Amino acid sequence: MSQTQALWWASESFWRKTAIWVTAGSFVVLIFLTFDTVKQITAGGKRVPAYATALNNRIDYVFDDKRNFQVPVIGPEEPLFGKKLTEAEAEALVSHGKLTTQAKNCMDCHTLLGNGAYFAPDLTKAWLDPAWGSKESREQSMVEFLMNPTDKLHNALGRRMPNLGITEEEAHATVAFLKWMSSIDTNGFPANFKPIDQADPEPAAEPVAETAAADPAADADPAQQ
Amino acid sequence: MAAIGLSPATLNGGQKLAMKYFTVAIALFGAQVLFGLLAGLQYIYPDFLYGILDFSVNRMLHINAMVVWLLFGFIGSVYWLLEDEAGVPIVGIGLANLIFWIFTLAVVVVVLVFLLVQVGPGEQSSIWLINEGREYIEAPRWADIGIVVCVLAFFYNVAGTFMKGKFTNIGGVLVMDLVALAGIYLAGMYYTPNISMDQHWWWWVIHLWVEATWEVLVGCLMAYGLIKTMGVRRKIVETWLYIEVALMFGSGILGLGHHYFWIGTPEYWFTIGGFFSALEPVPLVAMVVHAVFDAGHHKLKSTNNPALAWIIAQAFGNFLGAGVWGFMHTLPQINLYTHGTQWTASHGHLAFFGAYATMVIAFLYIALQKWRGDVYMSGNLMGAWKWKWAIFLLHAGMITMVMALLISGYEQSQIERAVEGSSWMGYFAAQGHRWFMQGMFWRQIGGWVFTAGFVLLAWDLMTIGKRETRPALQVQGE
Repeated sequence: MSQTQALWWASESFWRKTAIWVTAGSFVVLIFLTFDTVKQITAGGKRVPAYATALNNRIDYVFDDKRNFQVPVIGPEEPLFGKKLTEAEAEALVSHGKLTTQAKNCMDCHTLLGNGAYFAPDLTKAWLDPAWGSKESREQSMVEFLMNPTDKLHNALGRRMPNLGITEEEAHATVAFLKWMSSIDTNGFPANFKPIDQADPEPAAEPVAETAAADPAADADPAQQ
Repeated sequence: MAAIGLSPATLNGGQKLAMKYFTVAIALFGAQVLFGLLAGLQYIYPDFLYGILDFSVNRMLHINAMVVWLLFGFIGSVYWLLEDEAGVPIVGIGLANLIFWIFTLAVVVVVLVFLLVQVGPGEQSSIWLINEGREYIEAPRWADIGIVVCVLAFFYNVAGTFMKGKFTNIGGVLVMDLVALAGIYLAGMYYTPNISMDQHWWWWVIHLWVEATWEVLVGCLMAYGLIKTMGVRRKIVETWLYIEVALMFGSGILGLGHHYFWIGTPEYWFTIGGFFSALEPVPLVAMVVHAVFDAGHHKLKSTNNPALAWIIAQAFGNFLGAGVWGFMHTLPQINLYTHGTQWTASHGHLAFFGAYATMVIAFLYIALQKWRGDVYMSGNLMGAWKWKWAIFLLHAGMITMVMALLISGYEQSQIERAVEGSSWMGYFAAQGHRWFMQGMFWRQIGGWVFTAGFVLLAWDLMTIGKRETRPALQVQGE
């Protein structure tokens, strides 16, 4: 018995104190980091753009040599649905879209920022997905798809999104939410993503449309039909 | 009823209440298995129940049934050991019984709304009344508030009883852990339009519950279980418990960072999350060493063989499922390609089963032994084939599912992520790939085997020790 007493590193009291100090220490570090993180991810902060900034301008996803991964880039003015919004209007619209994604339980089929279920594609960069065909028809395609997805063949598997009773207003708001989400700096997730062509329409706009139509995997195009 | 008869009279107040919690837990375990089977089938037959019970509904019920049955199992286990540990009757047992019925009723209402209403309009009222739409904590806000009230009442019972009686080391750790458990849940109870902010706090609930406070809770249950089944000396068990708490919180609290790689949070989380989550398996190794060493030291001589078998299964399942399977894809360099793929599903299945389901099942056997009147449950147990086949089938089914999901995950991270760059077309190219579909097929087979194991387990729990006349084996205690 006296032998066990001598082994301070095997004693209950030593490990009790260690447990308390380690837990408290870790928690204090976490709190400090949380303050900084929350500041950086507040809309309008360093890593998450203000709602109006994202909705009123073009969003792109471009490789950054210095950081060595793709980062969202705010481009020239390109208001969503052709309507420039104030920050308050933009926040209200994104919020309505976010509420819609929650009320329709999107996250139990899709992933958002990679979190959720794995039955349907990730939505982090859905706004930038080449599957929408062309930049010009994208907004309308997204709204139509959200409102009535059942008769649209999404893929060769036969997996279809159910009709969730999304109204036109909710669909607009959801598109706004998706556009804003695509502007968040996600440290290069997803990697190697090739965004939809958003170059300004030049005389050479037509061949772009042709390429999209001739794509062999066009049956995976949710915007089709 | 049977020869030795049921002697609930030998159970104390907390233990009688625990039996109620355990009954609901097993029913919800069945619901989890059922909705898992349905969701799995929808990967193979996409039109199955389409528009009636869509994948999102089945998947939500699959996961929520799991969270709630484990919670019921934990709460039941704590009520089971409470009077025994503290040495006094439970403080506020009347309230505890009332809370049980409220909690159960609330769960039934939430499940019915999930099943029958499913979705709502994009308004605040939907997340208050129907579905919060946030993975794992989909329960609407009114139910969140109810859960907090229930947990507070539970906390009052536990803390009050230990304060009135004696505060063992297990009791002390348990009370502190429950403070954290209840407090952290509050982080998930607010609405924000900002998805980065939303997920940042959401992980406080999910990660700090599952990878910190739940782990410590099962550490407490493990400690009590080892004392009860093998008569391991309390001093050894409690010293180990503190070691586990130190390692668990030391790695798990900042291990939270591994969820902060891709949701908009700063780059320093790469380093912090990578480093601390790499340490997360360490306490799980400690738990294996602890349990297996004790079992070997006592030459596997136990008062309750099924419970001991599940405790050993927990030690290995926790280490492999939470530890190894978690570590495999936790570093950002690999997680960039595996985040949000079937890798996660593979890890989730093995971790929740290995770390938590096993421990609750071990407690069910400990409880049933006493409920049957302290009957014999050691070697040469009557009808032992049932628990042995149940544990075998449940593990065989689980391992099949986990390996199948992992192979699908490999394929998905290669083709969808690395090659196709995560576009929608890339996603479906990967989902339609033969290797992916083979994984889904074998996962379903594993699901059926697991279901068979569950049915056998339920049967065994209802019958074990029923006709047993020998008294429980006595082990050298403390």
